[in-house]
Amino acid sequence: MTIHRLPDLPTDGVDATTSIIKIAILAVGGQGGGVLTDWVIDLAEHAGYRAQSTSVAGVAQRTGATIYYVEMTPDGGRDPVFSLSPAPGDVDILIAAELMEAGRAVMRGFVTPDRTTLIASAHRVLAVSEKIVPGDGRADSPGVTEAVAAAAHRLVCFDMEQVAVDAGSVISSSLFGALAGSGALPFEREAYEATIRRSGRGVEASLRAFNAACDLALAGGKTPAVAVPEAVKAEARDPEGPEALVSEWRALRSMVGDLPAPVQDMAGRGLRKVVDYQDLAYGRDYLDHLKRVIAIDDAAHEWRLSIEAAKYIANALVYDDIIRVADLKTRASREARLRREQGIGGDAIAHVTEYFHPRMQEICGTLPVRLGRWIENSPKVFGALDKVFNRGRRIRTDGIVGFGMLYGIATLKPARRRLLRHEVEMKHMAQWLETALSVRDINYDLAVEVLKCRRLIKGYSDTHERGLSKYRRVMDGLPMIRHREDAADWLRRLREAALLDEEGKALDGALKTIETL
Amino acid sequence: MAERSFAKEVQKLRMGAGETFHGEGILAITKALLENGVGYVGGYQGAPISHLMDVLADAQDILGELGVHFEASASEATAAAMLAASVHYPIRGAVTFKSTVGTNVASDALANLASGGVTGGALVIVGEDYGEGSSIMQERSHAFAMKSQIWLLDPRPNLPSIVETVRHGFELSEASNTPVMMQVRIRGCHVHGRFTASDNKRPGMSVRDALENPRRDTNRIVLPPASFLHEQEKINKRLPQAMDYIRKNNVNEFFGPDEAKVGIVLQGGMYNAVLRALQRIGLADIYGETKVPLYVLNCVYPLLTDEFLDFCAGKDAVLVVEEGQPDYIEQAFGSMLYKAGGTTKLIGKGPFPMAGEYTGQVMLDGIRTFLDEHGGGILPSKGRAPNTPLPTDSIQQLQTKVPMRPPGFCTGCPERPIFAATKLVEQELGKHHIASDIGCHLFSINAPFELGATTMGYGLGPASASAFNDKNAERRSISFVGDGGFWHNGLTSSVGNAVFNRNDGVIVIVDNYYSAATGGQDVLSSRADNRSKSTKHPIAKAVKGMGVEWVRQIDRTYDVGKLKATLKEALTTEESGPKVIIASSECMLNRQRREKPLKQAALKAGERVVRPRFGVDEDVCTGDHACMRLSGCPSLSVKQLDDPLRDDPVASIDQSCVGCGNCGEVADAAVLCPSFYRADLIQNPTSVDRFADRLRRKVIGWLKNRRERSRLVFAEN
Repeated sequence: MTIHRLPDLPTDGVDATTSIIKIAILAVGGQGGGVLTDWVIDLAEHAGYRAQSTSVAGVAQRTGATIYYVEMTPDGGRDPVFSLSPAPGDVDILIAAELMEAGRAVMRGFVTPDRTTLIASAHRVLAVSEKIVPGDGRADSPGVTEAVAAAAHRLVCFDMEQVAVDAGSVISSSLFGALAGSGALPFEREAYEATIRRSGRGVEASLRAFNAACDLALAGGKTPAVAVPEAVKAEARDPEGPEALVSEWRALRSMVGDLPAPVQDMAGRGLRKVVDYQDLAYGRDYLDHLKRVIAIDDAAHEWRLSIEAAKYIANALVYDDIIRVADLKTRASREARLRREQGIGGDAIAHVTEYFHPRMQEICGTLPVRLGRWIENSPKVFGALDKVFNRGRRIRTDGIVGFGMLYGIATLKPARRRLLRHEVEMKHMAQWLETALSVRDINYDLAVEVLKCRRLIKGYSDTHERGLSKYRRVMDGLPMIRHREDAADWLRRLREAALLDEEGKALDGALKTIETL
Repeated sequence: MAERSFAKEVQKLRMGAGETFHGEGILAITKALLENGVGYVGGYQGAPISHLMDVLADAQDILGELGVHFEASASEATAAAMLAASVHYPIRGAVTFKSTVGTNVASDALANLASGGVTGGALVIVGEDYGEGSSIMQERSHAFAMKSQIWLLDPRPNLPSIVETVRHGFELSEASNTPVMMQVRIRGCHVHGRFTASDNKRPGMSVRDALENPRRDTNRIVLPPASFLHEQEKINKRLPQAMDYIRKNNVNEFFGPDEAKVGIVLQGGMYNAVLRALQRIGLADIYGETKVPLYVLNCVYPLLTDEFLDFCAGKDAVLVVEEGQPDYIEQAFGSMLYKAGGTTKLIGKGPFPMAGEYTGQVMLDGIRTFLDEHGGGILPSKGRAPNTPLPTDSIQQLQTKVPMRPPGFCTGCPERPIFAATKLVEQELGKHHIASDIGCHLFSINAPFELGATTMGYGLGPASASAFNDKNAERRSISFVGDGGFWHNGLTSSVGNAVFNRNDGVIVIVDNYYSAATGGQDVLSSRADNRSKSTKHPIAKAVKGMGVEWVRQIDRTYDVGKLKATLKEALTTEESGPKVIIASSECMLNRQRREKPLKQAALKAGERVVRPRFGVDEDVCTGDHACMRLSGCPSLSVKQLDDPLRDDPVASIDQSCVGCGNCGEVADAAVLCPSFYRADLIQNPTSVDRFADRLRRKVIGWLKNRRERSRLVFAEN
């Protein structure tokens, strides 16, 4: 690798610090920004530079945003006067160990188009505020990437966390590699490698990550295109099983081909989910429900109502009950996925503990309709049984007893249609579909939005009840807006508000607003 | 065991004359203490000088060799009181703590020390926790120096200057019989640089010598009539002595040309920032050769009238660079100029903001404004031009998108389940008044817990709830205090006070075995073996000794159910008097640091090792994120599934999970969803493990096969 020139600096000569290279490192506490800083200092000092680093640690080390700052200049035999902190518009290289930290650096003015090489890892470490939203609270990554690209003189941006993990190392190594590959510092690649070797800990893994990231940066940060074999997608493949069932599946699946083309993809997925949940007959029910919607839909509306119906009818049919959880947790595929995700080899011994806390409500739902309803309507019986059943249970699904218990529950599946929960769910689904279809002729878009409100219902026990109550409150708002031309827009707003916070404060506010319309 | 080990670096403390020392500011300070024959050192940890305490703790062997006594003090007050050893004996002593909170705590001892005065040099090294990254209220230490007549040094933030200032500190202290404070800012503490070392010096008199040959002088004790004498002595004798030393030894420095129309007076700590602004404008080179005269105050209190007036002579205007408020230095200079009938214009706050840190931009703007208005053409043409505008549109675009990232609990933190339990109890019993304290547990005030209304000072959590003591109220207050704060002064100020005043409130003592927020130093109740300290003193015993009747010790904070039940009992019991819950589990950062090497060794030795980790079944998780609202763990995040049937991202646990158990416990206690599982990987299994595994696989495998033979099995996505 040849020595690279620094990014263009102001050349009119009045700024005396043009011979000083200024590097700021922004990280999330715990990402190893200190290690990277020490490496940069070591690199500079061994290359005949005078260098200075500073940091602001404090409480920032506990998962907050942290900042390190380095200055260096060729050794002139005297001590230069370096600055202890970065200044806006005066940073040559900015290393951000996470995408939003790159955004924060730009906001603070540390990235400017005239000079700053921005080296940013594209991965996300989600902030708590993004994770606690009941819906999807994640920040807009593409928008941030676009904005930081516009602010930087040069941008080297790829998933450096992944590069590090793949090499069995940590992100400081791949950031150092990206720094080398960016050519923003006037040092040879070998000098960087020597620095890593001198650090003496986890050298081989660090070098692997360093080299991978350096190569990627040299290639412009683009992952080399790997030829993906034209494999048949999982959802398009036939299931395995007894010949009779498989051929019956094929017959059922072929019916999807008769549906309007735009609906087919979602309907195929929905059908698969529903059959996987219960049985082929349930799949036929699904298609019947869907066809009712298709019958009143048309190509002029791009079949939007039917597509949403294909999605949400499947989700409504596949309600979360104890049987489903027991079934999912006792599948062979589940164990395979668990081992893959946890990095546990097929032969290794793993003990797996499940955390269950079924309440009496869930138990009742798993009883035959009349028995379940009788218990629900007898507070004394319900209370007494609740005392027995309502407690946390730790179940070892790698053990014979624990697995056997869940396996036993899963065998209730054929009886599901006769259980109380099924009746409740089907009644609810019918009402929901009815509501949507009833507004179809008045306001097509509103019908689509009604279907989408199904999204609010999710989870188990308390979570499920909370979702259901939000759904009801949103639906209660429907009569107030259904006559309006922009009703669909309002319903969407209500739904989005319901997904903003747990208690439904935003939803309360939105409902108040529509009352005043 | 401290978070960061300096065991390797402290070897540099043995360097002799002429060797070049490379390292951090705090390490340089330690070396300077030894070079100046310090006899004893003490202090209390806290950013930014936590690491200074860690360096000293790790350097105990070297200190011992030189006959230097080191103590990790119980509080800043203890540390300051320790300097009493320099009152009657010619022993140099140094203590360190963070400022201004530490100085607040120490102020009683500092004021007494300053009144009586010292014989041996007494140096107080304060870590000025001001500006970016600071964790405390924004105040200056300057006021303390002025009110007690303690001289305040503020060295230029480079290693040679800091080291030189330590020497001045001791000599100035001895020349004027007055304790001296040296303030170092956050970045100055952590700046990496170099200086030329000198030989270490044994103290002329050791604490042992003093102990064996006691002395006393009633005139040095703060009690009338001596205290009236002290006040006169401070002003009439010690102050002139100090000024004399500062002048004769050139403690303050001058840079730049002798003749100029303008000049800048600055605190030593501001030197690099001022220089950077001048460099960028083109009025100084990178080695500090400046065209604008600089008067650098390495001693910011007392100020020398003659030195200042001399600097002003022949200048039209002088700029005072003084960070923070009030502007004590500018006021003092203003008074000097006025009294001397000076005509030089004094500029300070104006181009500079009265409040807030002098960041690079503030400095550049302030100095440029001053030179533009008063520089008489000294400002080069580029320096007069406005800034190149930053890309404001993309910044505005980002402001709505980039989320805030306040600090929070670490992965596996044992304090997380305490606040999860508190949140659950509040969901059941309603909101309560919650008083917080200083320490990691203060992160409870942020999302996702959002618990806690005030923080009044270290160890003062329960004390700050003491007004809420009404026997007829239907709710009780809850207050938190950490083990660090408890031993710092919580035992008396908070617990003792609650017992004495019959407070019915609930006090939760968060015990994580260390002073964790400051970097994991040991405290009295730490359970580690400490070579030089006495540990393993249970908090429960101290609390009972204080007279608390209702005490519950919980030894595994991850048991959310138990914590919730205990809190509920404390809030509802008929018993009167304070209800104290001690929630103990080891700080996970320290635990990992302790256990990881042990586990690796055990793995290598072929011993059975269990690696616990949590996971989420993505097909069971429905994406409501209720679990995150009771966690905030960095390892628990969300991911989007490649499935158009699913709207919301599902929970996902990454490889950094340490298997603390909070996820499972919370899912159970809060009745969430059954998607969490714990997978224990058994490494180096025993023959019993293998036998049981074979048997289980056989039976379970048979069951799975049996079912999958009779149903459709779809491939995973």
